[in-house]
Amino acid sequence: MLALSGFATWTNVDGGSPKALLRLSTDSVVDASDRQHDAYLFRGGPVSPDYEWVVTFERFRADVEAARTSGKFIVLPNHFEYLAGGDVIRFVPGRKAVRVLFRASANANYFLTTERCNHYCLMCSQPPKDVDDGWLADEICEAIPLLPTATPFLGITGGEPTIIGEPFFRILSKARDHLPNTPVHILSNGRSFSDTAFARRYAQIGHGALSVGIPLYAADPEIHDYVVQSKGAFDETIAGIMNLKSLGQEVEIRVVVHKQTYKGLTELSEFIFRNLTFVDHVTFMGLEITGFTRANMDSLWIDPYDYRSELRNAVRYLAAARMNVSVYNHQLCVLDGSIHALAKQSISDWKNEYVAECEGCTKKDECGGFFASSKIARSAHISPFLS
Amino acid sequence: MTKFSPLSEFQATGDGHYQLAPFRFSPLDNERYVITNQAGEYSVQPRSVVAALVRHELKPSDSAYSRLRSKHFLFDSSSTIGPVMLATKVRTKAKRLANFTALHIMVMSLRCEHSCPYCQVSRQSEDRSAFDMTKETAEKALGLIFQSPSPAIKIEFQGGEPLLNFDLIRFVVEKAESINEVEKRSLQFVITTNLAVVTNQIFEYCKEHDILISTSLDGPAKLHNANRPRPGKNSYELAIEGIHRARAALGHERVSALMTTTKASLGMGREIIDEYVRMHFPGIFLRPLSPYGFAVKTKWYASYDTESWVDFYFDGLEYIIELNRRGTPFIEFYASTILTKMLTPFEPDYVDLMSPAGIGISAVVYNYDGDVYASDEARMLAEMGDKSFRLGNVHRNTYAEIFTSDALLDPIEQSFAGSAPMCSECAFEPFCGSEPVFHKATQDDFVGLKTRSSFCYRNMAIFKRLIGLMEEDPSIRELFMGWTR
Repeated sequence: MLALSGFATWTNVDGGSPKALLRLSTDSVVDASDRQHDAYLFRGGPVSPDYEWVVTFERFRADVEAARTSGKFIVLPNHFEYLAGGDVIRFVPGRKAVRVLFRASANANYFLTTERCNHYCLMCSQPPKDVDDGWLADEICEAIPLLPTATPFLGITGGEPTIIGEPFFRILSKARDHLPNTPVHILSNGRSFSDTAFARRYAQIGHGALSVGIPLYAADPEIHDYVVQSKGAFDETIAGIMNLKSLGQEVEIRVVVHKQTYKGLTELSEFIFRNLTFVDHVTFMGLEITGFTRANMDSLWIDPYDYRSELRNAVRYLAAARMNVSVYNHQLCVLDGSIHALAKQSISDWKNEYVAECEGCTKKDECGGFFASSKIARSAHISPFLS
Repeated sequence: MTKFSPLSEFQATGDGHYQLAPFRFSPLDNERYVITNQAGEYSVQPRSVVAALVRHELKPSDSAYSRLRSKHFLFDSSSTIGPVMLATKVRTKAKRLANFTALHIMVMSLRCEHSCPYCQVSRQSEDRSAFDMTKETAEKALGLIFQSPSPAIKIEFQGGEPLLNFDLIRFVVEKAESINEVEKRSLQFVITTNLAVVTNQIFEYCKEHDILISTSLDGPAKLHNANRPRPGKNSYELAIEGIHRARAALGHERVSALMTTTKASLGMGREIIDEYVRMHFPGIFLRPLSPYGFAVKTKWYASYDTESWVDFYFDGLEYIIELNRRGTPFIEFYASTILTKMLTPFEPDYVDLMSPAGIGISAVVYNYDGDVYASDEARMLAEMGDKSFRLGNVHRNTYAEIFTSDALLDPIEQSFAGSAPMCSECAFEPFCGSEPVFHKATQDDFVGLKTRSSFCYRNMAIFKRLIGLMEEDPSIRELFMGWTR
């Protein structure tokens, strides 16, 4: 698992100066237009004097100091060595804090817009905090112009991204203007879109490839409301989905499978097809053992092997109904063979790992693999495909 | 640390505090009932559950409660969005009505060189142009066709054998195409032919103009030739050869075939299906004889009863399911139409299974002589002397006169299953049709007494069997889902 944050040391930087967003570059020439955001990623060799910032790792500290005596240096711990040209980091001099905001080589980059949320999901992987974090949106707006125009995908997540209101639309407008060809996927509980004016405002952004991933956990409103710990959530989520689709917006329904939801999967898949036929994608997700899940293990954890028939039935039903359906975050060996073709490798690469039992497995390349967090609990039925 | 509320805090208080959504129920067998909602969703429940449901005695803790709520049979305080969703589904089902007539059947000629005793059309054998449509009539018909509000127009050439008047087909196709240069509708042509008199030039023409071919294939040679006499006794050989040639010229999926069940077919269901599989058709429509034309005159229609046909149908269906299980994808199209109504939010366009009736609304027929009929069956009935469903004539009536004629609106209104006696309370109503033409032909009444209706008997049997099969075995439900359109 890659560590995306840590503490760095610096040279020639005023500890009181504001945080900096830095786009790492390995080119010897710097684009004059945006010098304040460009940092040379040093791994030996000469450094162009054009760069105001140089970023390197502990083991190159001596080399960089020899190569250049003036200018700002940030020296990162060696575990950041995966960083490469095009990546964007945030550095807060006063706290010496570094966070990786964007990795050009990642299969998916997500921006956290807020830690606030109007849900309190039993299995939340990013437990909400009631804090004033309006600066996050400002930072994202600042970061988006630094990303390569060829960025293949951008995710917007939270907390609940839509509850920040106007800044939410500002982020999407930035993406529309600077990354017009980059699909943007928003993870939202969909409730804000039950407000028709809000949904219309969203549609009016006019981004060519926006989609919203909205969780729906049960056809039974009580179960859904219980899982997200908010009464009335089901109604607003459904209304949000219907509003978005009536405005021609792309919607994906995300179902996290766990002990509270697996029994209702067949019913849910039928509910989705009969009532929400018009959604663009339905995905069934494995449980990530992090955040609140760890506190609620008893009421959430079930070996995926033990719900394989429920999952299979739901997936096969939607596939037979010619809906676009996928399985995310599952290991192939715990899934029924008939739905292997619909299982996607979906775990963000920085947290995807394999385990000892996978040794020699011939399907590793097609397998979703494991969340790094799955050390805490994982299926007892992991076994390699050997043939 | 974190405080989570238990499930009980999100549950409705229960104890009868629910509202019943409109639904219908009918027995499936001695213990179980089928209940359906307005959007055609069904649920099979024991009698005791249905009884408790209607008495407001069903408890949230009952296992059926949540399921009935999510299918919108009941509403309670846990959610307020149910009625909106149900309304959306009903609207989706009724959406087709707004498009009005998409299928326009033009009878090119009543002449035919076949002399099938089960012919429902009453073909004319004389080589007389008196039974051919004229250019003038065709032109007038086209004028009406393009007044339909439907964004999609399908023109189907029928007969007799329409290829005996091929010059007129060419005239209609080219004229329609030229009108469509301005209209820009989705325009499609079908020729219904026995393929006996087809030439390579005709195939060439069909290819150029993207015309589909629909032919007759009753089964293996012996059966087909016995059913469909023609000079040379080679109807089967010509049909098979024609299918091959048509596919080679037009593409495999542009050629379809229809069978008609005769008394001789009854014991041969599996051979008939094998014939379709052997010919690489994607499915078969196991179709009973209809009470029109020669089929009545020759008493072929009366040669088997509905019970026998239903047995034949179920045996065929069972065999097709077996084929699917053995890895041969194959569909029974009538079941497919019904399953689409049962299992999907959509409403397939099939004239016989519509309420309000599909006559005129979904299909209309322009007869060779310019008379306009409400359906194919309606003109068959007219050939037998009953012109109840004659809506007008292309030479004398306007579009408005034809499509708002009493001859169309009366039977549609009277036969509407949602309010017709016995239909209005039937759980299978959302899957069924009203078929005023059939009931006029058999009972001289647009509605008909359903206890005496073989249409009702046949369809009820099929609805129950399809649901029964799906209840018995979830894998059949999954298979059937794949049959839907």
